[in-house]
Amino acid sequence: MKKVLLCLLIAGVYVLHQDFWNWRTAQPLVFGFLPIGLAYHAAYSILASATMAILVSTAWPKHLETTEGAETK
Amino acid sequence: MNPVVVVGIYLVIIAVIGSVAYTRGKSNTEDFFLASRSIGGLVFFLSIFATNMTAFAILGSSGQAYRQGIGIYGLMASSSGLVIPLTIFFIGTRLWALGKKFGHQTQVAFFRDRWECDSIGTVIFVLSVAMLVPYMIISIMGGGRVLCDISGGKVDYWLGCLVVVLVVTMNVFFGGMRGTVWVNIFQTILFLLFGTVAVVVISHALPGGFGEYIHKIAGNPKTSFLLTRERMSPQFFWSYTLIPLSSIMFPHMAMMCFAAKKVTVFKRTVILYPLAIMAIWLPCVLLGVIGTQAAPGLKNPDGVLLHLLTGHAPIWLAGILGAGIISAVMGSDTHQVLAVSTMFTKDVFAHYGGEKRFGERGTVSFARIFIVFVTLVAYVVALNTPESIFELAVRFAFSGFAAMAPVMIAALFWKRSTKHGALASTLWVAACLAGIWYLQHISDTMLPKPGQAPTVIFPAIGHLFERTIANVTCFGFLPVVPMVLGSAVLMIIVSRFTPQPSLATIKKYFP
Repeated sequence: MKKVLLCLLIAGVYVLHQDFWNWRTAQPLVFGFLPIGLAYHAAYSILASATMAILVSTAWPKHLETTEGAETK
Repeated sequence: MNPVVVVGIYLVIIAVIGSVAYTRGKSNTEDFFLASRSIGGLVFFLSIFATNMTAFAILGSSGQAYRQGIGIYGLMASSSGLVIPLTIFFIGTRLWALGKKFGHQTQVAFFRDRWECDSIGTVIFVLSVAMLVPYMIISIMGGGRVLCDISGGKVDYWLGCLVVVLVVTMNVFFGGMRGTVWVNIFQTILFLLFGTVAVVVISHALPGGFGEYIHKIAGNPKTSFLLTRERMSPQFFWSYTLIPLSSIMFPHMAMMCFAAKKVTVFKRTVILYPLAIMAIWLPCVLLGVIGTQAAPGLKNPDGVLLHLLTGHAPIWLAGILGAGIISAVMGSDTHQVLAVSTMFTKDVFAHYGGEKRFGERGTVSFARIFIVFVTLVAYVVALNTPESIFELAVRFAFSGFAAMAPVMIAALFWKRSTKHGALASTLWVAACLAGIWYLQHISDTMLPKPGQAPTVIFPAIGHLFERTIANVTCFGFLPVVPMVLGSAVLMIIVSRFTPQPSLATIKKYFP
């Protein structure tokens, strides 16, 4: 169940990148100078970081932490 | 103080750091190429970020924003902010573990062992080198051009390229991965600060602030498109989200993953990565758009930031910011030179008997000689070949490496994958690259004008292949889409019908 939810989270965030609703408008200007299309994608970068934080805390490959040194060359 | 003096001081610091790293090195390949797999903490993040950021992140982003508007941020930066950390999280961590466990130092070594086949590694090696070398050469060209521009033409292009080559060569020759990473700490901090400082300085200098400039752009029908994506097709925009798959497939990025001290260092990296991209790209894109009003009619829009800085920042600050730009150039260039040298040394020289014959010390010496050779050749080529050829090659390289991602994913996560599947995918990628090159070449005479619909290349087959101003498209999508899909499909189908590696190897990689 956790895996499914995380896959949905990643897929959802990926889909949100295609913000067709901001395509042809610059308004509103966030902080008075940032066109909405740019402000949206700046916020999207923060969302991407938050998504990665969720992945790290819930789906971290903990089994790799015990990896031992080289067996063969 | 002349900006060139500041940049000169910076270059000396870089050379000194690289030389100090030399004194800490050991004479074995794992230490020279991977710093004994000891890169930890924040250093790992700063270095892997420097590996991936080129001058394009500063100069190209602002130049593209000057031409195409704010859409360039969503097109290249925010998509990379999601996809690159995801690939580091899922692929980078696994590569690190396999490198640590089995001693792999390159992707090719992993592929050879994973599929029990020398030839598949050699084919992937040839394709990877063919795609990486143009990238390395264009980085030298970019560095030379930046030095020339910062000095206002006082430093000739050939001299700028020579300075870049000398500093990069010294850094890699003496310091190997350790020297490269130490220098990256300094470089990444410098160019991460670049954007914010540039925005603050320029916004103070512009009368009325950014808001007034944005209103001017919005109010002019000729420029209002710069604040929207009305001239960017949704297919084009979506296609671009596949390009960042290339990042982890670039040999220098994979090598950085191998060089990590422990897997937990990836945690901070994947979380900070999108924010670091934003810290560089957002100010550069915004300033690029503002530049259309503050510095209209530039013949070379990639110089818009330098133009704004030299016009509005104190000279000493312009010098430091210029050093920030050079940092972005050299950060990735040193890694590219090191990666090419590592691949030739480990995947060819050592693999075909050189290491047995000459030992570890002799192999490191070969690597050092190769570094001098490859940078010398790259310098000569950079001076004698038009930049446009390499720009095209690099654009294709991003699609090519992205289309190799299914091969890596199959190797890491799919037991049933086979060398034949990998070979089919690799040949598909190579054939596609040759095909796009041909289509691009024959369609150069049928470019549409700005604002016009794309030109159909072969009317008999409808909209299958079209030509926009810059790209060949396939049903409106960038070539990376069919390349990635085709590579994945071939990997699956061919693997299904061909014998898998021995049970021992499968157990080795999937215990």
